[in-house]
Amino acid sequence: MRGATPASLHAEAVAGSRRALARLLSDVEDGRASPKDFDTPEVAGRSLAITGPPGVGKSCLIDHMLRAWAGEGRRTALLAVDPSSSLSGGALLGDRIRLTSPDEPDLADRIYVRSIATRRATGSVPTVLGDLVRTLHLCGWEQVLIETVGAGQSEVRCAAVADRIVLIEGPARGDAVQAEKAGLLELADLILVNKSDLDGAARHAAELRDALSLDAGRPPEVRLVSAKTKEGLEEAMALLNDLPERAGSSRARARERLANAVERHLTGHDDYESMLAEIASGRRSVEEVMEVLWRG
Amino acid sequence: MDRVLRIVVAKPGLDGHDRGAKVVARALRDAGHEVIYTGLRRTPKQIVDAVRDEDARFLGLSSLSGAHGHLFPTICDLLREEGLDDVVVFGGGIIPDEDHADLHAAGVRAIFGPGTPTGDINAFVLDAADREEAGVGAAGGWVWQGA
Repeated sequence: MRGATPASLHAEAVAGSRRALARLLSDVEDGRASPKDFDTPEVAGRSLAITGPPGVGKSCLIDHMLRAWAGEGRRTALLAVDPSSSLSGGALLGDRIRLTSPDEPDLADRIYVRSIATRRATGSVPTVLGDLVRTLHLCGWEQVLIETVGAGQSEVRCAAVADRIVLIEGPARGDAVQAEKAGLLELADLILVNKSDLDGAARHAAELRDALSLDAGRPPEVRLVSAKTKEGLEEAMALLNDLPERAGSSRARARERLANAVERHLTGHDDYESMLAEIASGRRSVEEVMEVLWRG
Repeated sequence: MDRVLRIVVAKPGLDGHDRGAKVVARALRDAGHEVIYTGLRRTPKQIVDAVRDEDARFLGLSSLSGAHGHLFPTICDLLREEGLDDVVVFGGGIIPDEDHADLHAAGVRAIFGPGTPTGDINAFVLDAADREEAGVGAAGGWVWQGA
């Protein structure tokens, strides 16, 4: 099966082969295939990014979502994005540890989980992620979740690939300014404050609402939930199933996508490395280098 | 490191000792690979599903419960049933010497006991990655002979 064409892998994946789907996604991730090779424009799909700081319970909430949707007969694919080590280029991908829904025999057919490492080229991750989402749609996985740690610009851009963004927060996260610093509040279409069973969750939710009320336009809803006690989850799922897009978030996401395209154009240029050396040695200015990289 | 391999590290069965599995996962990551750790107490089916869905080239199994003689061959059989013949399986944990031959015959290509330098595991992975005969479905009974 290694060495099979994208079109034949796609046909097998559509027919239900998980192995073909997995191989096809590898080919797309490694740049050996593109969804353009087998795209049909009438295939639609939706994608939802679940993002937030480490330790707030993203994986546990996602497990609940996967279980609920699979129980209703809906198929959902999860792309769980974790960072690669900047030293070795390797990655330890542990999102499966907390996911138990794919292990349930009744649900397994309707849940696909794939761990994605950010690898080295920062500008390329969101583009590859977009291609992976499209590939899944084209293989019959109409609904795709993207899980990213909401810290740092490349993760924000990964989230911006999705049609909607859900920000997960938790208690004891500092004041709402900390959340604003992460740059995610303006992108979120919905905010879930998890661990409502713990002290401080309600206060953090109130602070977030307070901070958001200062912005122009309609702020995202802030809801308290608990993955542990299941409090608020049913209501949150109802919201997720029909989540309206906020005007502010669509603009912020468009900005992230554009900025990513610009970065990818620059870092993908043949002369990128040599131009970096030119700037570092003082032979050319940043402006002069921009002239070279932008035209090419 | 130009060669990034996707490797699933799994703990089948009912023992909760995953220090070794985590050390191996860390060493393989530091060697530049993408390591997917499944967590504790997984069934053979769950492990094989993860290998398939993650499109992993390697599967590392760790067992300290004494059930390796049942679990490892069951997983190798399931991999072949799923058509995942090119996946390379290796094992570790507390595996008595007299059990090695049976595990090798089942398709486990290397067994790493306590005290193994992590460099040995990295060397095995790089060696086996280029060998057709290392896949769990390959005939011939190839076994890694050391660096």
